[in-house]
Amino acid sequence: MRSRWSYVYFLFYLLLGTVLLFLNNDLSKAVITLMNVIIILVPLIGTIFGVMYYYSSREFTELLLAQPVKRSSIFLGQYFGVALSLSMSLIIGLGLPFVFYGIFKSGAIWDFSLLLITGTFLTLIFTALAFIIALANENKIKGFGYAILLWLFMAVIYDGLFLMSLIYFENYPLDKFSLIATMLNPVDLSRVLILLKLDISALLGYTGAVFQKFFGTNLGLVISTVMLALWVAIPIGIIYKMVKRKDF
Amino acid sequence: MIIIDKLYKKFDKNEVLKGINLEIKSGGIIAVLGPNGSGKTTLIKSILGMVIPNSGSIALNGMPVKNNWKYRNDIDYLPQIANFPGNLKVKELINMIKDLRTEKKADDQHLIELFKLEPFLDKKLSNLSGGTKQKVNLVLTFMFDSPLVILDEPTSGLDPISHLRLKELIKVEKEKGKTILITSHIMSFVEEIADEIVFLLEGKIYFKGSIDQLKIKTLQPDFEHAIASILTSNYA
Repeated sequence: MRSRWSYVYFLFYLLLGTVLLFLNNDLSKAVITLMNVIIILVPLIGTIFGVMYYYSSREFTELLLAQPVKRSSIFLGQYFGVALSLSMSLIIGLGLPFVFYGIFKSGAIWDFSLLLITGTFLTLIFTALAFIIALANENKIKGFGYAILLWLFMAVIYDGLFLMSLIYFENYPLDKFSLIATMLNPVDLSRVLILLKLDISALLGYTGAVFQKFFGTNLGLVISTVMLALWVAIPIGIIYKMVKRKDF
Repeated sequence: MIIIDKLYKKFDKNEVLKGINLEIKSGGIIAVLGPNGSGKTTLIKSILGMVIPNSGSIALNGMPVKNNWKYRNDIDYLPQIANFPGNLKVKELINMIKDLRTEKKADDQHLIELFKLEPFLDKKLSNLSGGTKQKVNLVLTFMFDSPLVILDEPTSGLDPISHLRLKELIKVEKEKGKTILITSHIMSFVEEIADEIVFLLEGKIYFKGSIDQLKIKTLQPDFEHAIASILTSNYA
């Protein structure tokens, strides 16, 4: 079942990539449009698939638990199975049309690879978070509910709160605060990272300048990558711990 | 040999096991009995490491069960409710489980014939009846030759012929010197095959010994009434 859905997902990206290229007729513009789609869609798909897969394979998990297999390898195996097949769909599905369009000969190759890398990170992060939610909730409906809420919060509500706090505290220096707040949300972090890479930071105004100063440097890039990696590593660690204590 | 020492387990506020001390010697058939919710399945799942006890220890052949998984190589387990992934075919499922224990040779052919499962091998598990699923469950359990066999309600959903075959199968396995742990609510079945019974009541061991000892203790002439007398004297 899992494989059928990841084919659909793959075909979707293939179609999306092709259509965008035809409509924009320009690589970097297509990359920008894609970014907007990826930033919102990848976390959503990662969350939903993660939760769905965990619940639908519950029976099989119970069967495996009675077999001589290590607990953590059952669950981490399932996690990487989902997360990697989703990442593959993303990379291959988007990669193919761009390769045929001649991405390798254009200057947008780095922007495009950054897009794919952050997309992969987001898949890994949100699938892990989805697994945590599913492990904590026996009830499927509740699990799905929390998963959707998580996505909504990270992708939409967080931005709103962020903006509101910026307006509310506008009399204070907010450079550090906005930097840290961005770091704490993987969705925002990815967005800022790609936007800055695309050199359209002028759109972001004064904060953009601060961001440019920070993220534009190599240090900033390294720190953001480390943050994204932490966003993957910590949830996986939590999964590992939860699995050790859970009753079946 | 299984040694269980001061085992406690609660699910939220529901205390299921309240200090179980139990020693099960190798060889023979041991029946774990008790009313619904007395903790039979929880005890079994603790031995398998599927349920993590709050305190207490379990050791199998001198090796502690906690944070260990290799010992499950020596256990065949039949779960109470046969929950299989519905999108697999029977044959695929059997092969998958075989792949997990490659170092052991699996004797599935003989069991498939015994339970007349050939016509179902290419069917999907979601399309099988409850009894047929239970037969698949039995094949998965018995195809490995492990020294400890744990059966949780093995008779549920079986037709009379399969029931008979199961009894014979259990007896054959016992002759090989295996330890077989069974839970069941069918008293005639237990009386016929069990060498020893362990009676759980509200999370504690109420009685451990042979059926004859139980009859003497409760002053009842037959097994079924002996069990009933324990239940009525505690639930009156």
